[in-house]
Parts: sequence; structure tokens; C-alpha cells
Amino acid sequence: MPKLTVDGIEVEVPQGATVLQACEAAGAEVPRFCFHDRLSVAGNCRMCLVEMEKAPKPIASCAFPAGDGMVIHTQSDVARKAQKGTMEFLLINHPLDCPICDQGGECDLQDQAMGYGYHSTRYDENKRAVTDKYMGPLVKTIMTRCIHCTRCVRFSTEIAGVTDMGMLNRGEDAEITTYLEKALDSELSANVIDLCPVGALTSKPYAFVARPWELKKTESVDVMDAVGSNIRVDARGAEVLRVLPRLHEDVNEEWISDKTRYACDGLKRQRLDRPYVRKDGKLQPASWPEAFAAVAGAMKGLKGDQMAAIAGDTVDAESMYALKRLMGDLGSANIDCRQDGAKIGGGARSGHLFNTTIAGIEEADAILLVGTNPRWEAALVNARIRKRWMAAPVAIGLIGAPVDLTYDYEHLGAGPKTLAEVADGSHAFAKVLKDAKRPMIVVGMGALTREDGAAVLAAARKIADDTGMVIAASKDDEGTEIPAWNGFNVLHTAASRVAGLDMGFLPGEGGRDVAGIVEGAKSGAVKLVYLLAADEVASEFGDAFVVYQGHHGDNGAHGADVILPGAAYTEKDGLYANTEGRIQMGVAATFPPGEAREDWKILRALSEAVGKTLPFTTLEDVRVALRKDFPTFAAIDTIEPAEWGPFGAAGATDDTPFAYPVDNFYMTDPISRASKTMAECTEAFVLPKRAGAATGTDG
Amino acid sequence: MLKDDDRIFTNLYGWFDPSLAGARKRGDWSNTKEILSMSPEDVVEVIKASGLRGRGGAGFPTGLKWSFMPKEVKDKPHYLVVNADESEPGTCKDREIMRHDPHKLIEGCVVGGYAMRAKAAYIYIRGEFYNEAVALQRAIDEAYDAGLIGKNACGSGYDFDVVLHRGAGAYICGEETALLESLEGKKGQPRLKPPFPAGVGLYGCPTTVNNVESIAVTPTIMRRGAEWFAAIGRPKNSGPKIFSISGHVNNPCNVEEELGIPLKELIEKHAGGVIGGWDNLLAVIPGGSSVPLMPKSTCDEILMDFDSLREVRSGLGTAAVIVMNKQTDVVKAIARLSAFYKHESCGQCTPCREGTGWMYRVMERMVRGEADVDEIDTLEEVTRQVEGHTICALGDAAAWPIQGLIRHFRPEMERRIAAHKAGEPVTATAQAAE
Amino acid sequence: MSTKPIAEAHLQPDSFEWTAESKATIEEIVAKYPAGRQASAVIPLLDLAQRQHDNWIPLKAMDTIAATLDMPRIRVMEVATFYTMFNLAPVGKWFLQACTTTPCWLRGSDDVMRCIKDKLGLSKNYTTTADGQFTLLEVECLGVCANAPVVQVNDDVYEDLDYELTAKLIDDLKAGKAPEVGSMLGRKGSMSKDGPTSLVSLKDSDGVPPWFAEKQASAGGDD
Repeated sequence: MPKLTVDGIEVEVPQGATVLQACEAAGAEVPRFCFHDRLSVAGNCRMCLVEMEKAPKPIASCAFPAGDGMVIHTQSDVARKAQKGTMEFLLINHPLDCPICDQGGECDLQDQAMGYGYHSTRYDENKRAVTDKYMGPLVKTIMTRCIHCTRCVRFSTEIAGVTDMGMLNRGEDAEITTYLEKALDSELSANVIDLCPVGALTSKPYAFVARPWELKKTESVDVMDAVGSNIRVDARGAEVLRVLPRLHEDVNEEWISDKTRYACDGLKRQRLDRPYVRKDGKLQPASWPEAFAAVAGAMKGLKGDQMAAIAGDTVDAESMYALKRLMGDLGSANIDCRQDGAKIGGGARSGHLFNTTIAGIEEADAILLVGTNPRWEAALVNARIRKRWMAAPVAIGLIGAPVDLTYDYEHLGAGPKTLAEVADGSHAFAKVLKDAKRPMIVVGMGALTREDGAAVLAAARKIADDTGMVIAASKDDEGTEIPAWNGFNVLHTAASRVAGLDMGFLPGEGGRDVAGIVEGAKSGAVKLVYLLAADEVASEFGDAFVVYQGHHGDNGAHGADVILPGAAYTEKDGLYANTEGRIQMGVAATFPPGEAREDWKILRALSEAVGKTLPFTTLEDVRVALRKDFPTFAAIDTIEPAEWGPFGAAGATDDTPFAYPVDNFYMTDPISRASKTMAECTEAFVLPKRAGAATGTDG
Repeated sequence: MLKDDDRIFTNLYGWFDPSLAGARKRGDWSNTKEILSMSPEDVVEVIKASGLRGRGGAGFPTGLKWSFMPKEVKDKPHYLVVNADESEPGTCKDREIMRHDPHKLIEGCVVGGYAMRAKAAYIYIRGEFYNEAVALQRAIDEAYDAGLIGKNACGSGYDFDVVLHRGAGAYICGEETALLESLEGKKGQPRLKPPFPAGVGLYGCPTTVNNVESIAVTPTIMRRGAEWFAAIGRPKNSGPKIFSISGHVNNPCNVEEELGIPLKELIEKHAGGVIGGWDNLLAVIPGGSSVPLMPKSTCDEILMDFDSLREVRSGLGTAAVIVMNKQTDVVKAIARLSAFYKHESCGQCTPCREGTGWMYRVMERMVRGEADVDEIDTLEEVTRQVEGHTICALGDAAAWPIQGLIRHFRPEMERRIAAHKAGEPVTATAQAAE
Repeated sequence: MSTKPIAEAHLQPDSFEWTAESKATIEEIVAKYPAGRQASAVIPLLDLAQRQHDNWIPLKAMDTIAATLDMPRIRVMEVATFYTMFNLAPVGKWFLQACTTTPCWLRGSDDVMRCIKDKLGLSKNYTTTADGQFTLLEVECLGVCANAPVVQVNDDVYEDLDYELTAKLIDDLKAGKAPEVGSMLGRKGSMSKDGPTSLVSLKDSDGVPPWFAEKQASAGGDD
């Protein structure tokens, strides 16, 4: 552990730390542009130059290894002169168009120019102008502002795994671009906007929309997938203008997917902002009492088993819980949170969680992906696998259709047959897993949303058992603690799913699952179906009376008899359990539009209207009850390892290849389907590939 | 004056057969196996004792550089990389070695490679030297055919490959880490140091990068002994050295001379004197474009070696002597170098990318006097802001010629500014140095 | 001296394939580098593509190189745009690279440029004569300073030029006969044009230095 002195303060830093880290440890502020914690060190901006005694010239602190006995000065004449010199050079060709720049107010260059810039320029020559580059529907470029820090190039190459950005030409003519100015084809592409320390790469959908100081910033959680990315929702008045990532090392680090970031314009379109009741075959605007009366009327005389409820993919836990209670009070066991029919839940909790945890992926030394395309199902889980793969060689196997995952993997096969071979040990990859110290398996919805899903799950469990994926904590010979490891993982696609499974939003004794509900509705056995923001049930409900509670005029609302307008995730406080089982709290950034209400409130009011009043008057009441029934919801943002127990069901599998659940990354829920930006992304990235696949010219 | 017998590059002018047969006749490859029977440490010691300093510009002791390589080959092979990217304006010596005496270089690769336990030598030759590359490749092929390199090189039991790699036009690739990047198939952008190539070099392996001339003289040192080499020149500035003499001399040429030869003698004896006579001399850039120029007053007495030139705030660099007589527009001569550095900046780091353009544009105005006098100070400050702040030495190289100009020709710059302000024609006549 | 031009879409060929000869050369080139380090061959392959394709590299060739070397296309393009020797748009049969850096300038490169302008009408970089015969590029130091000023024509450097000799060079090229490579004054290498000032004593002994001759004699003349 080298000990060094920074500005007179002695600090000790870990072996391998840089001088910059030592400076930070000593509390010294060192300016920087190119340096970024999560990217390789470039050392090119020269802003972090500091003086090192006995060195002939200042050193780039971001790149220089801290050494024992070094004496560093960050504020000396030599250091200040170097930093100010660099700042002047950065500004001579920078347009200084801050008043019309979207980065204004949150610009590293602007901020650091305050601390290190001269008050006026000494550069009297013509400034350089650089032509803007097309980078797709998300990233707007004003390349004259570029300071060539190459953060974007390093991000796309290292983190996103899409090596399409680079710096062409040389010297003062050097320009950042994508290959032939093609759109940056990565689900994580817009993170380059956050990384860009100046206004060269800005948000195209957000261009000239607002200034940062006009925005109300709310820290919340994303629901576009089951990752539970931590986000900041920036709103002005009733309008969400943008979504930005929020740091969570164990979940999304500091990245978010393009869908998480940009689906928010879908919050403004196709909204259900008042109740509707179907009259004369047509949905007519109604008041809340009229709508509740219509539901109560439809329920009148129905027995519990004639009613059913399905919870959608982005629903908060509290409203699911309220609905579950209400259905129970109504005597119905016909509830299900698995719109896609996944054969999961009801067994041990570990059987439906991503037990390894997302951060735990970095510890894995062999990975088997089963029926999942994590790049599209959970872009940040995929980024984490890539991070693991970048760090050191790791064996990765995939069972499912071959896809570009941004890292190398061995394609083992297409479906259950291969899985069975791994399970019975006859496949070579079984040995790879067995020989690994920290092997993991990731089972996706592509493997579980099928008739034989429970048997597939059981096979995956067998692999976990047979290859030693579940390891209890122990101590080695020297007494060093070896932490426990659970390498069994289910990768969900729905933000609400784990909460639903955790609270048993599943068919009760003799109850119907989603398929049973659909069948019952068609046969007449089920006479009322309650859809809680369930828009992905790809079926009609016969003559059953359909109540839709949700926020968008999407699939669910179209066939409804009563529409109860609810709140989208940015408009309500709510709990979500991500695929790891991590409970996180979403916070309302705006109010629901028009007459729409928070979902638990709607259910509370409805319960009164149907004479089964739920015993809650505040959201906190719901949470207290939820936690009492299901204690896992009490631990916010902590992961309690789930006990290994039985799940899945023995049975025959068929040989149909696994089909991935997401066929268009950009449109997976009512919000992203309503988003103009996501439609543009679909056009730019998904449709050409489909066309290519259809003609066989491009995979 | 150096005796012909002490000249290493006896085929400098290409009078004789450059092929293996001719080279052998001149002494190359005569007892390589014997040299390779020494221990690598002993070879390094001989080179250290000879006092050989790198011939590529920086003048770092070659033997010492070799000694930085790990003493054992572990999991990664070692490499010798030969810098044949000769691009420093004024410098044209390695070209002559490669086309006329290529076997000296190849044998030097074997000697140097052996001393640093290298598996192979990669010779990175600038792309424009097409015919030189052809000549060198021919010699490499000859050496392979004769068993001098490759498996069991020279029958020594040492396996050693020599690979020629052509560049494609980038001065920066003469910087050793940019050269390694380029050799790995990337843009020639210098690497951050540390780590140094001896630890992490080509393909992440221990590597030493040496100039062509540095490597090519080593077999002769091994044959004739460190003492012979050290006795030529002055202490710490020893050995013969090829000087490239260009610019305003009657007979521009390359010539191998003793380090420490007086500049005046070098020019008068070998280059036919300054055009217009010694008194018509204005200034000399003594070591390639990167070193500051010297006014005539310094040139009168100066000795051409590392330490003497350092004392007068210039440098031996590559020993490329660029002579300017009094008919030279000296501001323009330096402005043209500023254009060169702007063109050759790799663009990676801020001070060089932005600073070279800034300096060039101001210099262009200085040529025409279109400036204020205080802009000379600003220009000087800008050079200081670039110098020492960049990833590699190109920033320094761009700054120094301007600093030299201001140091010695400030009155000339001021005169032009005054003339321009007065609306008089700005000419390049009266320009005696301070 | 700004960025080099990239040929417009209508000039870009639809495809680029290595010739059989190039394929064989590629194998030799790639074999020079350790396994897995084939990216080292990107400069040689760009050069090869340029030689195969009328002295310029179309975009499709970069794709082909990227595929051949299993590297991202943008990395190939970075290299192609970084180095001055790669032409990314068509050039004339004779690609004139005239050096004007200080050592050549001191020796009269202005005259060379003036001659090129007078005889060919070319003064701007990457402009080509109407007959498609000549393209001009003003380049930085070619490393032939003791023989300045110089112009490189394709692979060959012509040295010791002045206005008249440049005119002669151009006339010869126009006539389809490239003059003998090297000094247009006919001097040998880079020795002084008025005759050598060193090595003279070895001229008659085939360059064999006395120390070696003595050593040979004492060793009995073997080896």
C-alpha cells in the first residue's frame, strides 16, 4: 500500500491506485474530462495534470500509478499553469455557444472553465468548424463542440460492445464519428450523451426542450424491464421530459437502456385520463361513480369462481396486493400475474429469482444461458455479463437461437434437448460448469413460457444441483471465509413479476391461471375478468365482462367494458421487486393525467363500491399489510439470499426450440408502444434486421 | 576528421555491392556466432562500455536501455523493434543504411535481439521508403537463406526472426510507443508512460525500440571493441555518427564523422561550405527540425555532440544539420516547421492537437508581420503551455523551434510587425540574430 | 492540409474482392505476426488493396480488410484516414507527392511547386489533371533532405530537383517513360555532388576497411 503526500496531506492508497485516486483520497479536487471510472484510461485531455516532485514535467494523474513516497501538488504553480493551459486549449476551438447548447447548466466544460479558465480569450484565429454526424434517432451531434476525450468511443467499444465509433483523421482534423455515420446500434447507446462532458453529443428527443434548472428531479425506479434500473425522472409541471440514470452499483451501475431513457414520451400519448363505460357497444366517458357502479353491477350475483384477475407487467406491488385481497374477499382464486403463461412460481422463492444477483455475475466463471437473449430482455444484465467477459476469459454457453450478445459464447443448441443433455451430464458444457468454481445458469422466459416450462425449470434446477451451483458459505483451510453462492437464475422480463410471485398473485386452490381464465371466459365459466394494466394477454375473453384498470389505451383497454384510468410508473409511489428479488421504491414525479388515479386508490374505492371495503386508507396501510403477509417486502434494496428448495415439475419436454420473449426491444409495454422515439428506434434498428432476416442477406 | 578506417558505414554512398556477398566482404556477419557465444549480459556490458548513445534523437545510452529488459524470458516473448520511420525533417541517414548497408542493420538486430533475449525483431520502416524496403527485404531474405537469421541463427542455437513492416505516412510513428501502436494495427497514437515498453511493449510484451543507426553500429562495436568506439569523440559523446547536412550548403550530403566535430569543419569539409561563404551563415538547426536553431555566433565554435549542443540550448537530435544562410526568410523557415507539426500531430491529446494549430496560425501571421508585438510573448507562452504537457515529445518538438526563433530572432519578428503596421512591404532581409 | 477526400458514392465500387495473387500475399503478410495479432497486418493490407485498386482504397475494400483480419470496420477506417499514404478517392496515374517541408523549401521546393502549377495546373492537394494523368499532394518531409528538393512519384523519389528538372520529370512522365529513380542531377546516393569527402580511401578496396582486411589476413583469410 503506497503512502504518498498530496498537497501536504499524507494518504495511503491501495496498490495499483492512480495518483488521481490518491488526490481524491486526500480531498484534493483534480479537474478531468477524459477520465471516467468505468472506462479505460485514455489520458488524452491533459486536464488532470499535477506536479510530482522530482519529475521533470507535470504528470497526468489519471494514468500515473501512485507510488510510495511521491509528493504531489495539485495547486502549485506548475499544476495550475498546466491545468489552465489545457483549459485554454480546449476552449480555443470550442464554439462557446453555451446559450444555445442543451448541455448548458450541466456541462463539465462550462463548470471547469469557471475554475480553470481565463476570463477572456487570447486566440484570435478562426475557430474550427466540424460537420455534424448522424448517429441515429437518439444521439444528436454538434461536433464543433467536441473536445476529443473519446469517452463515447471507449464506452461503445468497452461497455456496449458495439465497436462502431471511432476517431478519424488526425491532428486538429480528428473527428469522432460512427462508421459511415450509421446509427449506433446498441441498446445502451444514449449513455454516450451522459458521458459526453460537453455538448457534442446531446439528446435528440430532448433537444431544446428545457433547461436543467427548470426541472423537478425525482429519484425513482424503472419498469421497462425486470432489472429495476435506478433512474431520475425530470419533469416540468405535469410532463416528464426526460429520464436519466441514477447510480446503483449493484443494479445498473450508472447506465440505463435506451428504452428506460426514452420511452417516457409514451407517457403523453394514448393516455386514459377518465373512466369509460361501454354503452350500446361503445365505450363512453363516464364518471368514477358510474364506472364503479358498472363494475359492481357486473359483479352482482357472480360467484367467486366466476370472476378472475390478471396483473400486468409494470404494476406496483401495492396495487397487486390490493387486487389480490379484493379478489380473495370476493371469493375468487382465479388470479395470475403471469400474462405470458410462464410456468413459474409457487415453489421455493429461489426458483423464481436471479439468485446470483446482477453484481454477482462478475464473480461467475462459467455461464449457461437458457432460452434468453439478455441483450433484449435485460440490457444491463447483458452489459454485466459482457463486463465479466471483458475482465477475464469466461465460458459462456447459450441454448436458444444464436443472437449477437456483444460477447463470445458457445452455441450449445436450440432447445430442451440440449438442456437435457447438459442436465444428464452427456454434454461437454456440463463438465465446464462442474469444473467451474462459481458457475451460473440463467433461465429466460423463452424457456419457461411454454407447455413444458415447469419441466424445463426442473431440468435447469437439476443442472444447478449436479454441477454444484449452489454452495453454502464455508471457510477454507486458512480460515478465510468463502461466501455462499447460488448460481441459479431466472431472468424475468416484467418489472412486476417477482413481486407478484412473491405475494402469490397466482391461482389459489382450484383457481385458474391465465390460460384457464381465457378458456373459462370463452366457455362462459368465467363471467368477469379484471385486468390490472394487463396488456400483453394475447387473447379475447369471450362474453365475459372485462374491467381494465390501467394507464394507456393499449390492448387491454380495447376490449374492456369498463375502463378505470390508473397511473403510470412515474405518477405513483410504489414498490417493485426486480428479477433479483430486490425491493425498490418508485416515487411519483408527476400526477396522473386528468381523472386518472393511483392504482391502489382505485382498488380501494372499488372495493367499497362492491361492498368489500379493503381496510386501507393510506398507501402506508397497504404497505404495512403487505409486509405483514409477505415479509420480503420489508427489506428495501437489500438482498436476502433465498433458500434453496423445491421448484419446477418433473415431466416430458418437447423438442421445439426456445423462442425468445422479446421480438422488439424498443416496444414491450403500453408506454414504449406509445412512444414516438421508440417507434423511430424500431424503424432504425429492428425493421431493417427483420427485413434482412426475411431476405437472408443480413442476420 | 574521422579516418576512413574508423568509419562503420563503408558503403554509405552505395558504391559497393549491398548484397550479402558484398557485406561479408566488408566484414559483416564475419564472426556473429562468436558474438552470440557471449552471454547476453556481456553483450550489454560491451555496448554500455562503448558509450553508444541512441542515434534516433534522444541520445539515451543504448546499453542501458537494453539492460531495462527483463533478465529472463517468462510467459511473454521479448521483442526488438527497430525504428526505421525516419521522418524528422533534415534527417536522411537511415535510408542510406537500409538501401546500401542493410546487412549491418540485420546483423545488428541479431546482436541486439540476442542481448535482450528477443524472439524477433520488427523493423518498422516508413511507408514512403518503398525502394529502401525492397532493398532491405532482399537482404533479409538473403540472411534467412544463408541461415544467419531464423532458426539457429548463425549456427548459434539462437532462434531469431527479422520481420520488415512498412508504415504508411505518419511522422508520429517515429515516437516509439506510437510506432508500437501502429505495428499492432492501430492509429499511431502514443501510449501513456508508464508503463514503458521494456515492461509492456509490442503486444504487451517486453520490448526495446532502437533507431536503425543505433542497432546497425553494434556488430562493429562488438568486433572492434568498446574501447575503440569510446575513443572516438569525447567522453559520453563517443563514436562515429552519420550527419545529414541539408539546406544552404554547396554540397548537401550524408557523411559519417566523429561526434564532437566542430560544426564549421563539418560544413566546410564535407558540405562544400555555406552558400555565400561562412560569413553568409544566418543560423543552423543542428539536430533535425525539433531542436532549436542556433545563430551564426554559436555556430562558429560549436562542437557537434550531445552535451555541447545541450549547453547552448539546442540538441544533437538526429544530427541532421539544416543550414540557413542570410538569404533565408528565417521566420518562414520556422513557420513551415510549425505547419509540419500541425500536420503531424496525432490529435490525441489536447495541448498538441490544439496548440500546434494555434502556433502555426500565429507563425503564419508573424511571417507577414500581421501581429502585435505582444503577440510574440503570447506565442512564447503558448509554446510553454504545450511543452511538457503532452503525452509524447511531439508537443515539445513543435514548441522548441519557435522558442529558438524568438530567442534569437525576436528583433526580426518585431521589425516585420513594425513594417506591417507602417504599411511598408514586409520583406525578409535584415534579420541578423541576436 | 485538411482531411483527405473520400470518394463520393457514385465512384465507390459495389464490391471489392482480393485477387488470387493478393490472397497469396495476404497469407504471407499475416504469417509475419503472432497468432491472434493479425490486426498488425492492417497497414500492409490497406497498401495491398491500394495497389490492387488503381492506387486508391474504396470503402468496400475497408470492409473486406475488416473481414479478412476480423477487426471492426471503424478501426480499419481510422487507420486508413490517419496515415497520409492511403488514398480514399481516385488519383491520377502519376501521384506526385511534393515535399515542401523546410529542408526542401530551403533548397527551392517553391520552384518545384511553381513548375507543377505551370506545367500541370495543379496547386491544390488531391487535384488531378483533366486527362487523369497527374494528381498532386503536397507532403511533409520524405526523409531525403540531403537530396532536396524531392518529389515522390508513386513509389519512386526524384531528387535534387529545380524548376527545369521538374519540368523534365513531368515531360518524361507525360511521355510515359519514368526517368531513372534518384537524383535528377545524376549524383550517386547522398554523397557530395562535387565528389566524395569521405570513404575515398576505400574506393579501390570494395569498401573493405583496413582493420577488417588485417583481421582477415591474420586469421588466414577464411570465413
